[in-house]
Parts: sequence; structure tokens; C-alpha cells
Amino acid sequence: MAAPTPLAPVLSAHWDAERSWTLATYERTGGYAGLRRALAQEPADVVATVKDSGLRGRGGAGFPTGMKWGFLPKPDGGPRYLVVNADESEPGTCKDVPLMMASPQSLIEGSIITSYAIGCHHAFIYVRGEVLHVYRRLMRAVEEAYAAGYLGTDILGSGYDLELTVHAGAGAYICGEETALLDSLEGLRGQPRLKPPFPAVAGLYARPTVVNNVESIASVPGILTGGSAWFRSMGTEKSAGHGLFSLSGHVERPGQYEAPLGISLRQLLDLAGGVRAGHELKFWTPGGSSTPIFTAEHLDIPLDYESVGAAGSMLGTRALQIFDETTSVVRAVTRWTEFYAHESCGKCTPCREGTFWLKQVLRRIEAGQGTPQDIDLLLDTCDNILGRSFCALGDGATSPITSAIKYFREEFEAGTHTPAWVLFPPERSSLFPYSPRTEPRSLAGAVHA
Amino acid sequence: MTATTTPKTAPGEGGSIAARPPQDDLVTLTIDEVEVAVPKGTLVIRAAERVGIQIPRFCDHPLLAPVGACRQCLVEVSTPDREGNLRAMPKPQASCTLEATAGMVVKTQRSSAVADKAQHGVMELLLINHPLDCPVCDKGGECPLQNQAMSNGRATSRFVDVKRTFPKPIAISTEILLDRERCILCQRCTRFSREIAGDPFIDLQQRGASQQIGTFSPEVLGFAGELPAAGGDVPAGSQGAGYAPAAGDSPRGPALADESGRPFASYFSGNTIQICPVGALTNAAYRFRARPFDLVSTPGIAEHDSSGSAIRVDHRRGVVLRRLAGDDPAVNEEWITDKDRFAFAWQSAPDRITTPLVRDVVTGELVPTSWAEALEVAADGLAAAVRGAGVGVLPGGRLTLEDAYAYAKMARVALGTNDVDHRARPHSGEEEAFLTARVAGAGLDVTFADLETAPTVLLVGLEAEEEAGVAFLRLRKGVLAGRTHVLSVAALASRGLERLDGTLVPAAPGTEAEVLDALGGAAATGPLRAAGDALAAGGALVLVGERLATVPGGLSAALRLVRRTGARLAWIPRRAGERGGVEAGTLPSLLPGGRPVADPQARVDIAALWDVDQLPTARGRSTGEMLRGARDGSLGALLVGGVDPADLPDPALALEALDRAGFVVSLEVRRSAVTQRADVVLPVAPPAEKPGTFLNWEGRPRAFAQALASTAMADHRVLDALADAMGVDLGLRTLAAVHAELDGLGAWDGLRATEPDARAAEPVPVGPGQAVLATWHTMLDAGRLQDGEAFLAGTAKRPVARMSARTAAGAGVPDGGAVSVSTAAGAVVVPVVVTDMPDHVVWLPTNSPGCAVRATLRADAGALVHLAPAPVGVPAGAGAGAPSAAGQSTAGQGADWGVAAVGGTHAEHHAEPTHGHTPGEHHGHASRDGRGLIGHDGDGYDLRSGGPR
Repeated sequence: MAAPTPLAPVLSAHWDAERSWTLATYERTGGYAGLRRALAQEPADVVATVKDSGLRGRGGAGFPTGMKWGFLPKPDGGPRYLVVNADESEPGTCKDVPLMMASPQSLIEGSIITSYAIGCHHAFIYVRGEVLHVYRRLMRAVEEAYAAGYLGTDILGSGYDLELTVHAGAGAYICGEETALLDSLEGLRGQPRLKPPFPAVAGLYARPTVVNNVESIASVPGILTGGSAWFRSMGTEKSAGHGLFSLSGHVERPGQYEAPLGISLRQLLDLAGGVRAGHELKFWTPGGSSTPIFTAEHLDIPLDYESVGAAGSMLGTRALQIFDETTSVVRAVTRWTEFYAHESCGKCTPCREGTFWLKQVLRRIEAGQGTPQDIDLLLDTCDNILGRSFCALGDGATSPITSAIKYFREEFEAGTHTPAWVLFPPERSSLFPYSPRTEPRSLAGAVHA
Repeated sequence: MTATTTPKTAPGEGGSIAARPPQDDLVTLTIDEVEVAVPKGTLVIRAAERVGIQIPRFCDHPLLAPVGACRQCLVEVSTPDREGNLRAMPKPQASCTLEATAGMVVKTQRSSAVADKAQHGVMELLLINHPLDCPVCDKGGECPLQNQAMSNGRATSRFVDVKRTFPKPIAISTEILLDRERCILCQRCTRFSREIAGDPFIDLQQRGASQQIGTFSPEVLGFAGELPAAGGDVPAGSQGAGYAPAAGDSPRGPALADESGRPFASYFSGNTIQICPVGALTNAAYRFRARPFDLVSTPGIAEHDSSGSAIRVDHRRGVVLRRLAGDDPAVNEEWITDKDRFAFAWQSAPDRITTPLVRDVVTGELVPTSWAEALEVAADGLAAAVRGAGVGVLPGGRLTLEDAYAYAKMARVALGTNDVDHRARPHSGEEEAFLTARVAGAGLDVTFADLETAPTVLLVGLEAEEEAGVAFLRLRKGVLAGRTHVLSVAALASRGLERLDGTLVPAAPGTEAEVLDALGGAAATGPLRAAGDALAAGGALVLVGERLATVPGGLSAALRLVRRTGARLAWIPRRAGERGGVEAGTLPSLLPGGRPVADPQARVDIAALWDVDQLPTARGRSTGEMLRGARDGSLGALLVGGVDPADLPDPALALEALDRAGFVVSLEVRRSAVTQRADVVLPVAPPAEKPGTFLNWEGRPRAFAQALASTAMADHRVLDALADAMGVDLGLRTLAAVHAELDGLGAWDGLRATEPDARAAEPVPVGPGQAVLATWHTMLDAGRLQDGEAFLAGTAKRPVARMSARTAAGAGVPDGGAVSVSTAAGAVVVPVVVTDMPDHVVWLPTNSPGCAVRATLRADAGALVHLAPAPVGVPAGAGAGAPSAAGQSTAGQGADWGVAAVGGTHAEHHAEPTHGHTPGEHHGHASRDGRGLIGHDGDGYDLRSGGPR
């Protein structure tokens, strides 16, 4: 490394290599050293190393990964499973898909190490169904790993066996929720399960199961090679290590920026060339659409779990969506809410009916046809969903609405008389030539084909 | 309020509700500042019920697993942490999924603004898409959504937007209609189908606000061409070629496809209507017929099987409009069969007899007359017969205990005979000995609660789902809880057995005794050995059905088996009055209270109770003997209760006997083949119009009240009047008088009759083109108690013939093709469903439309029948033999089943050289290791894990 940089490319270190996704490239750039090191240790030591590293779940909730592994009950002779959650579907989140495209072997190596650590002999990668190209790439990578002896029986002569199955979902946001994912993987309708029992006790096929995010698992080989101290040397005390920050929207150079946790958006924007030229930051999401939005006043907040939480949002998946002053927050929130209404699994009343209602109210406000009571109605309905729904997805649906009203209430008030597209002509926000939908959309009512 | 949503504030009594647990298994928590101690594992919502606090709920149901979907029951909860400091949970919790823990502090809507707001919020959300059609909805007035919207909802809605709508309604079967826009997606119906009945048919489809309960139709799922065409009145056997194994369980009427793509068929679907907390599921017959608040409800007991299920009879101005499941944890919990629920129209059918009828000596017609005249004519006729060849009494198997007792006393006191037998079905002397020695006076032994706790249950001659639906649900409960393993000695594994995850111990009809003797015998190996070991392991049950009476040595072998293994035995007959008849003494060898006629002390007991000098001592005749006697003139008259000749082993004989009998008195509810031939017909009350008591198979008295005001009299009162006209005072005019006598009866402490110990019979040789008949009643069939309910009839299974592939090939009939099953008496033509079962055995439903086995074939299980391809032009299922009791249909006239219509098939068939068996080959002969019965290698056949074949 030449000049000092706030970046910390680990997972993405070799994404620019020639055919980075091949096993040959991965091995050439130091791949599978972590596995060799892990297989030389006792599984418990591997768990301890990961625990020491302070790695926290990269899927959004930030639960300590090693501790999660430690929750598995003692082996009883029956199977235990690792399930990798690769059902990345959160609006704005785009870290796992590029990772699996550019470096699928890191995920596979991490899966093998993790499986070894928790005593699992059959691991699953549950990939979002829509990303067929990722599914194909993963399948090819697994094939290569089998051929090279990293998977199958007696891996690298250690006597350890592991099967790895890549499974494509059918395309439902809810299947990113770990228990819905397990139901879907079992061939059932993807809806969240009642907890307890938690997956660690009765997960896949009612057996002890660890469900981890792609990035968490892919970070494991590095911890094994670099050691926990190396990992802790990055990030903050409670949010250790490196993470992928995905910048998108009104930013000059969108993309994945791998940096230690605790970096600020201001630093990241500097690296990304700043907000779209001639414009200024209006609002942004720290971790995807389910995390309450931030504004320019939050530019210097360290992007770690604690600081973002203290500022009233969540680090989430570090999906930093940047919106400049041309953007109607009402319009953005309406689109997000439409997403949640579309993706609500329907199991529980608050999420199912609440998002259905919120969508209609927001569309009204967007069209300038809101009533003076609508803002209170939105807030109250969000209050009736938040903490009342079956799983966290219902909670997530309310975050953009309540935070947007908190920071931009006057825009919602304007929705009682002026359409959002008059106040914020969409072509001004567009990065590309604007081509509006010609077919008028009904203001309300779900379509039942 | 419906029975299912009223919270049980008091713990239930008896049954599966366990006795009060010891103190150390209790946890104490505080709900709205009231302390309550509940057993560990109790859900908060139920703990609240114990202190009288009702938390609103929709998805929660005490008999279904918690799901936490509707979120209506949110409460605020705090729990003590490790240091004992109370910590509030950050979110309101669903009380229907949260187990109570020690020291927990719960605040419901009564004491917490947060919980109250949460509940109001959820209620408002539930209502935004709910149509305001309460004024026309069946549920309006008894609707949990309506009620709880009033008690826990906002007065006005803020929703001014567009509601989600659906075309209404979906007809899931001929019986169940689904209005999707009313549905609040609580999933009670789908959970019931999955967790209780085991025949899932509807499930969640789509997602979000588009989520709906639906059937697996391409229209709902949004794809086409992958499932067979659902529903429609497709000819049986031709629908869903890829689903042939299930074709035999297809309903007769149109039905939508279930999860497996088969047309939906269930005997329990009516329960989903009752537990639906809104009006989304409705019954085709009751829909738009009544307002709940106009109905008068009378608790009752279902008359359709021997389970004695608690029901609620809802009527308005003298008309029964519907029946609901009652709540009896000890018996039927909250479930009943569709037959118990929907089949009540027979009680008020147009052919009800409303006045006494006497046959006009001149015209030979039955003419209405006065009670006085009818009783006089009947009394004179019976008295003359008593002086002559005697009177035989056939009470029928559907009587209340009180009515049966009156028949038993009438026979002995007024008619001076032991010729009384309530068994209007195939029966045997061995069975009578079994009932006398083992069932009569046995009291309450094996109970419903035992069915779900016994580690092993062996069914013999009993298809639990078809013949005792509620018992089937109890067994399934035990199976699903991992406690119970079910074995069935039968010719084939029915869908019912599959849903019990049961193991078939295959036995060709007639070989059951041999199989039972082989179970656990010293020489047994393989599955027979394993079954025997399981039965001997303690706590096991052997449940025998009434059909075992048709197998020589069958009941004896069952008794030998329980003696050998220590398993407990229970007899589960089909009819509601069977056990009552046994206890009341309507058997030739039995007096009331389990007293054997042959025992002088027993006769003295009863004579004293009845205040008569002596009782008849001569051996009485059984149903079959009486009918033959009436035909041959050795019996002068018949006094007949609720007997349908078509149910008898030989309907033609029965009709001939009735025709030839010197004098016939019939006590009937409706006109029947018996009343047609009777000299005097005395109308009696159906169950809705009289009070009484059924004794269920457990021996549990199931008393019920009179639902409808009526001038019709119960049998005991009519018999009392009849005896009075003969100059005999029966003293059974009122129910109170009957009860007073029954109370004075006391238990029999004398010697019990000896148990039968008949040997198994040798299997009959099966010739070419022949098969042994296996048969049992399906729950819904052509029975007269299902008359007048077309919607229910549409859910009955289509009649099919089941046989093995080899048997079908031998008969020259392809799977799905029409087969003619015939005897010298007649032929039944039905489609074939190839089934994994012993060779040379054919199964037919006993009494389905177009398949009246006894009337048409004059044969029963174990008999030899001929198999042949159906003659061209005879529609399958129509039946070559009309289901008339006479059995004298076109096909029945010729002694040869292969008359002209069949053409040369007969000869060709016999000439065919491809038969896999030789003449004289024994069917399914049990070798001691059971291999001959199992039909495949017994090695490696693990009884426990080996599922149904």
C-alpha cells in the first residue's frame, strides 16, 4: 500500500484481479490459507478465535458471530447445519451480490471453516432467486472447490467431511429473515417461524443451525489468517473489523468501499468523489431502506453499530443511499413503502394490512391529495406496526416514514395541496434521461391477477 | 358467542385435561395485579382466562398449536432478570405464544395503555380490508371479529381508501364455501386441517395484502397447466391420471384440488366453519338461512356413531337449522364429523310418519288411524302370536339406553321371550358371547383419553376414520404428539391409516383371526413379532370393530391376544345404540345390567326388579335366527324398531321374512322397507324430539335433552302404551320412570358368562376369476340417516373397487377401468383403483350409492365374489344391481354373473392362460412368520419405521 487511505480492502482486495472469481485466482492471492490454519486447530479454538476477533453479524443486526456459534447445544450425534443467508434483497443493499460475483471462493472457504468450527457436515447457501448470475457463479465455484478437494470427504486430508449445497430462493424479501429462510429451504412457504425455539436449538429440519450473512462468513478466512488481533486493529472497540460500504444514488462514483467500521459518510463521500456535481446532500440511509434516514447533519457520525444507533438509526447493511436536494422525500418514502407492501409476507396483521394502508395514504400525499390528518395517521399507523408485527420486517417498513416525517415534515404537509412531482420534478433527480411511466397507476388497491 | 371463542375460565373436567399438577410444577405470575399460579408451559393468554381476564384473540385456539399471526392479543410484559429486578420487554408481546414464567408481570388492555393501544391498532388494521357485510353474513351476531371490534376496537375507522376485494365465494367442496374478502388470515382452518384432521386442502397463497386462503387452483396461484383440472363432475377413475392412487378417495360432488392436486375430500371440514372467527367459511346448506340470535340452542349428542359426540342443536320455530360441535374435553374435544354436523335433515324428512298406521284388511293399504285403534290392533296381533309361535323383537342399533331398556323389558315381560336382538348388521353367536362376557357391565374402561396416550393401538376390523371419526382424531392426536403408534389388521392401508402414520398388518378378509393369533406368538417373526412385542410392552390397546363379528374366531383371537399381551381391549361399534343395547339387555342371552339370561340368580334379580314371577328361560334367537324363523313360520310376529333391512347381512331374507311373518309391528320415524310390510306402524320420535341417553363405545352415558317441542313419543313410551294395551304394565311411561328402574338395577356381581374361544377358520379356496370380498362402510354413504342433505352427499367418497395390480390383471381390468363384482345374487359395477393389498382380495364400500354390497351381492366380508370387466354400456358407479333392498335387479336375476350382456368375456376370461394363480390356491394364508400375509419379504421390515404400504 502506498499512500495512507481510510480504506481497508480485505474481502474486496482482489476483486480487480484477472478472473477474480476463479479458484486459481483465489488460491494465487492467498486463498484457502485460513482453511488450512483452521483444520490444524481444534474446532473450539476456531470458535474462540472468531469470538476474540469481535466479528459481528454483517447482515444488519450486528449480533456477535462467535457468540452465535457458541449458542449451539452440545453435539448429540445428530446433524447440525450452517445456512448462509445470501438472500440479499433490502432496497439499496448491494454488498453480498458483488462479493459473490467477484470472490465466491471467499464465501466457500468461510463456509468450510465455520462448518468445521460448529461441527456441521452439510452447509447450505440460500441465494436470492432473482440473481441467477450469482447462483450460476456460486454453483461453478462450489464445483471447483469440490474438484480441488476443499469440499467432500476428507477435506485436505484432515478427515473432515462437508457437503455444500447452493439453493436458489424463489424471490421473496421475507426469506432474508432467518426463520422464513429456513422454512423456504425446507420447501415450505417462506414465513417467519415462532421463536423460541431459536435456530441455534431447532433450526433447519429442527436441528441446531447457525444462520450467518454472506459477508460475515466471508470475513472468517481473513480472521483465521490474520488473527483476531489483526481484525480488532480495524474498526472501533465494539464494532471491530472491516466492512463493505455500498454507496449509491446521487454520488459521483457509486460502488463498494471496504473500510474499517467507524468511518464516516463524509470520508466515504470524499473517496467517492462527493455528491453529484452541483448538488448537495439532502438525506441518506445508513443501512438500507429499513434504517431511519439521516440528513447532512449526520455526515460525521462514525458508521459503527453504536454510534449510528445512538443517532437514532441502525448501521444495518451499510447500504448508503445518497439523495440530493432534487429528491422528493415523499416520493422516495412512497416507493420504499410500496416495496414493503409488495414484500410483506402476509403472516401477521400489522405488516400485511398496515403496509397496504400506508401505501395508499402515501400515494395520496405524493399526488398532493393528502388530508391534514394524514401525517398523524401515518405516524399512528407506524406506531401500530412498529413492535407489533411478527418479525422485524414490519418494523423496518415504518422506519423510512417516521424518520422522513421527523426531518421533512413540511414536505408531507405540502402533500395536502401540491403533488410531489410538481415540487420536485423527477427529471431533475434522474441521473439518466427521464422516461416516466405512461400508464397511469391507480391510486390505491392492490392488483390481484 | 360461539362455543369456540368463549374463553374457558374454569379448567375442564376429566378427559385429556390432566389432574391438578403438583405444586412444584406451578409458576406464579401477576396479571393485571392479580396473582395466579399456573402449570409450567401455560400460555399467558390462558393464564389470564384463569383469573377471568379475556384478552381478545383470533388465531389462538386452545386445541391448535400457537402461531402468533393475528397479533390481536398483545400485552405488556415484564420479567425478572437474574438479579430479580423486573425488566419490561421492549415490545408488547403476543400472549398466545408466550409461556408464563415465574415472577412475570403481565398488563393487559385493562391496566396498560400500551396494550390497549396495540390491540385497538391491530383491530383497526384487521377491519380496513374486512367488508361491512355483517348484516348478511352468517357469522353476524356470533362473530368474534364483530364482538371484539365492539369490545376492543375503535368506534370509527380512519380508513377512507380502497378495500381489497375478491370474487365471492369459492366453493371448496359442495359443502364449504369460502369468502376470501372476509378472511382475516388467522389460519385456524389451515392449521385444523393440518394438525387435527390431516387432510390439508386450503392454504395461504400469495403474500402481503394479496395473501389469501385458497385452494391450489392455477387461478389463485397465477400459473396454469401444471395441475390437473380441479373439481368438476369428472367421472371417477378418469380424473387426474397421475393421481390414481387417490382416486378412490375422491368426493362424489365437485371439489377443488387439495395440496396434492387431488379433489378435496374430508370428513371433518365442517369444523373449520365453526372455528373460523369471521364468516369466511360457510356451509352451503346453512348459508343465509338464519341469524344466530334467532336460533334456540339445545345441547345434544350426535346419533351417527358410537362416539357420543357432544353437539349443539340450533333450531328456530321447530326447525333444526344447523348443528355445531359441543365442547367436551373427555369425548370429542371441540370436533365432530361432518356427518354429525350436517346429517340431520332425516329427522324431519317428508316421509316422516306422523300418525299411527294400520293395514286395511280390505285394500291392504296402510291407513292413518288413532293411537287407540293402532295400539289395540297391535296388541291383539302380538298377543295372538305370543299364544302361538311367539314374537321376535328387533329393536335396531340406534336406540337410546332408555328405549333399548324398554324393548328388553317388553320382550321378557309382555312378550314372554328372549327373542330380542338389536344387532341389525352381520353378527354371530361368537360375538354375542363376546359381548355378554366382555362388554356388558364392563363400565368405563378404555376411554378417549387413552387413545391419545397409549403407546400402541391395534385396530382390528375397524377403520377408525370411517367408522368412528372422533376416535380417529384422538388417535391422530396421539400419533402427532409422538406418543402413539397405530397398527391396523386390515386388507389395505386406507388414507385414514396413512394419516395416522400407521402400520398395516395385512390380512385378507377371514384371516384376521389367524393373524391375531400369530401376533406376538412364540413362533412369530418379522413384523408380526414386532407388533406382538409392542402390544405386550404395556399400556397398549386393541380396538375391535363390529365387523370382526363376521370373522369366525376373530373376537376369540382378539381375546386370546389381550390375554397373551396384557393389552386392554375396547369394542367400537358403528351405531350409537349398540353399547346401550348391550347394557340394556337387548340381546338374546343378556338381561339388563350385564346379567346373563342363563344365570338363575340373574333372572331372579331382574324378575324382582320388574315385579314378575319369572322370566323366560329358553334360549333366545339372534337377528338372523329370528328372520329365518319368521320366514319359516317358527316365529309368529315381529316387533321391529329402527331397522333398515338393507343393513342386515341378507337383506333379501329380511324382506322375505317381513313379508311372510304373520304379524309385524313397526316403530319407526320415517316410512321404510319395514313399515311398507308392517301391519301396524307406530310413529316414534327422532333424537331431536325426545330426551334420552346414548351410551357411547366407552360405556359413558351421554344424556341429551329434547331440542324440539313435539307430539312424537319416544320408543319407551310407545312400548309402554303397547304393553298396556296387552294388559301388561311396563311402568316405563316417562323417562323418570325408566331412570328410576335403571337406578334400581345395580351392578351384576354374579358370575360372568365365559368368553368365546373359537378357532380361526380355514381360508376359503379362491378359484380363477374369483376374489375374497373385503368391505366396510364409508362414513358418508347411502345410509338413510344422511337423506335430504345433498351438500353433504357431495363430499362422500366415490364408490370404487380396490384390488392389487395382480388381481386386477387377473380379472382383466385396467386401473381405472370398470369392474363387475358379482355373486349369484347380482353384480356391482364400479371403477377399479389398484391398491397395494393382498392378492385375490377386492374391497368395496358396503353401502354407497350404486354399490350396495349386501342388497346386491347378498354377501359380506370374507365371501367369494367374481371379478370381470364390466359389460360395455354399464356406467361405472351406477351399479348393475340397483341399491334396492330386494337385490332383484336385472343383473341379479341370472345365477350366472356373465349373462348375455357380458358376451363372450366370461368364456375368454376363463380361457385366459395368464392367470398368476392356480385354481384352489388359498388366498393370503397366514404362515406363522406372517410372510404369506405381508406379501413381501419380512426381513428388514421395521414395524416402527415402516410406514403404511
